[in-house]
Amino acid sequence: MLILTCPNCGIAADETELSPGGQAHLKRFGPGSDDSDFEGYLFLRDNPRGVHFERWRHAMGCGKWFHAARCTVTNEVFATYSAQTSEPPQDVLDRITARRPDWQS
Amino acid sequence: MQRYSVFAVAREALRFHKGWQRAWRSPAPKKRYDAIIVGAGGHGLATAYWLGRNHGIRNVAILEKGWLGGGNTGRNTTIIRSNYLQDPSAAIYEKSRSLYETMSQDLNYNVMFSPRGVIMLAQTHHEVRGYQRTAHANALQGVTTEFIGPDRVKKLVPIINIHGPRYPVLGGLWQARGGTARHDAVAWGYARACSDMGMDVIQQCEVTAIRRDGGRVTGVATTKGDIACDKLGLVVAGHSGVLADMAGFRLPIESVALQALVSEPIKPCMDVVVMANTVHGYMSQSDKGEMVIGGGADGYNNYTQRGSFHHIEETVRALVETFPMISRLKMLRQWGGIVDMTGDRSPILSKTPVDGIFVNCGWGTGGFKAIPGSGWAMAELMAKGTSPLADPFSMFRFREGRFIDESVAAGVAH
Repeated sequence: MLILTCPNCGIAADETELSPGGQAHLKRFGPGSDDSDFEGYLFLRDNPRGVHFERWRHAMGCGKWFHAARCTVTNEVFATYSAQTSEPPQDVLDRITARRPDWQS
Repeated sequence: MQRYSVFAVAREALRFHKGWQRAWRSPAPKKRYDAIIVGAGGHGLATAYWLGRNHGIRNVAILEKGWLGGGNTGRNTTIIRSNYLQDPSAAIYEKSRSLYETMSQDLNYNVMFSPRGVIMLAQTHHEVRGYQRTAHANALQGVTTEFIGPDRVKKLVPIINIHGPRYPVLGGLWQARGGTARHDAVAWGYARACSDMGMDVIQQCEVTAIRRDGGRVTGVATTKGDIACDKLGLVVAGHSGVLADMAGFRLPIESVALQALVSEPIKPCMDVVVMANTVHGYMSQSDKGEMVIGGGADGYNNYTQRGSFHHIEETVRALVETFPMISRLKMLRQWGGIVDMTGDRSPILSKTPVDGIFVNCGWGTGGFKAIPGSGWAMAELMAKGTSPLADPFSMFRFREGRFIDESVAAGVAH
């Protein structure tokens, strides 16, 4: 079972306690943007075979959102970090490259 | 090609079965093909087959990273039905179901199509109204389905408990001409027929790059060398995003694991397919006697081909309530496949931003039933650039807001 540590409350939560929320760090578009921007924001998603940044909610716990960096092939969790970020922090990227030297963001 | 028949079996029996030929050749790739299909699963092989049969394009290679039919074609629960709400879905799935009826004869290969009937249980009042609506829509689409009451459900499925405490069975959507087929045989039969038309089925050949020149495809780089082509069809289900990335465009696809399991074999007890979408499980009995069970997909992207344990637990818990007699069965094996989900839960059969590249993916949790129809439509699209069955499923529908919204219509497991 996938276990993620919620950075908000510090609990190591089973996946049954969590709700997946899809790809993290999406760039949002507002009124006046063109169709392809909206298509990208609403539908097009990174679907990597490897390192993936995603949103999770500690639904059956503290109820707060957070981000996780996870390998989609092995389910290895590199880090969980605050949802109040618009891109992965440097220490998370460092942890990923320590485990996946060939990885490029 | 050596034809299979009762006479061939008798002849070979007298020769101690020493005269059987290989069902398909395993050639080295040529330098150039008119068309290359990436992915030798059911959809890829069916595409190649109909390219040859309907459009006379036979200088075709089908490239497969692993082995033939080793992905979702060999991992699904083999359910075939066409009781969809939206017109474009009903059209392509009904075409597909009708092609299954004659597939064994077309391919001279027994795919064991068994039109045993499929029931989708209605277990909430909302679902009753939903399936009644689907039955009316199907009547207009020319798909034979009917909404049946709980007594009829009990008669068709004697082992069912229609008085469940939480979700009693209130009725069902019954498609008598749906059923199951032998999944491996579908891939093997198509491979044999393609090989017989002179096509090259090349296994253990992974595509590592897609060659382009001025917005047009020129070929692929593979682990068995460079191969040139005029047209390229990407038919790789869960790994579509990876290949789209090589070709320089993005797809509205996310890949998740979907699981299935089978029980130990038991005597025949259920001769229809039963789907229970509210409680999230479906079950049929294979010819070997195993109960074939499927359930929900993972909620998060992954390529693990395993799936989460708690989904299996949920599915089995629901099915034990629905079919109390299975509570003492042992599970024989469990497996997962990687399904490619789109935003509206409908597939993509489409041209792409790169000239000459076509993509067929996004079948999500219900691709097996669509194999022959998908191949038929994809072949027409690749040969002519347009196809009445495929056109509504263009990848550009997301930009244009023309969804084929089966996620609302079917909810789950479709």
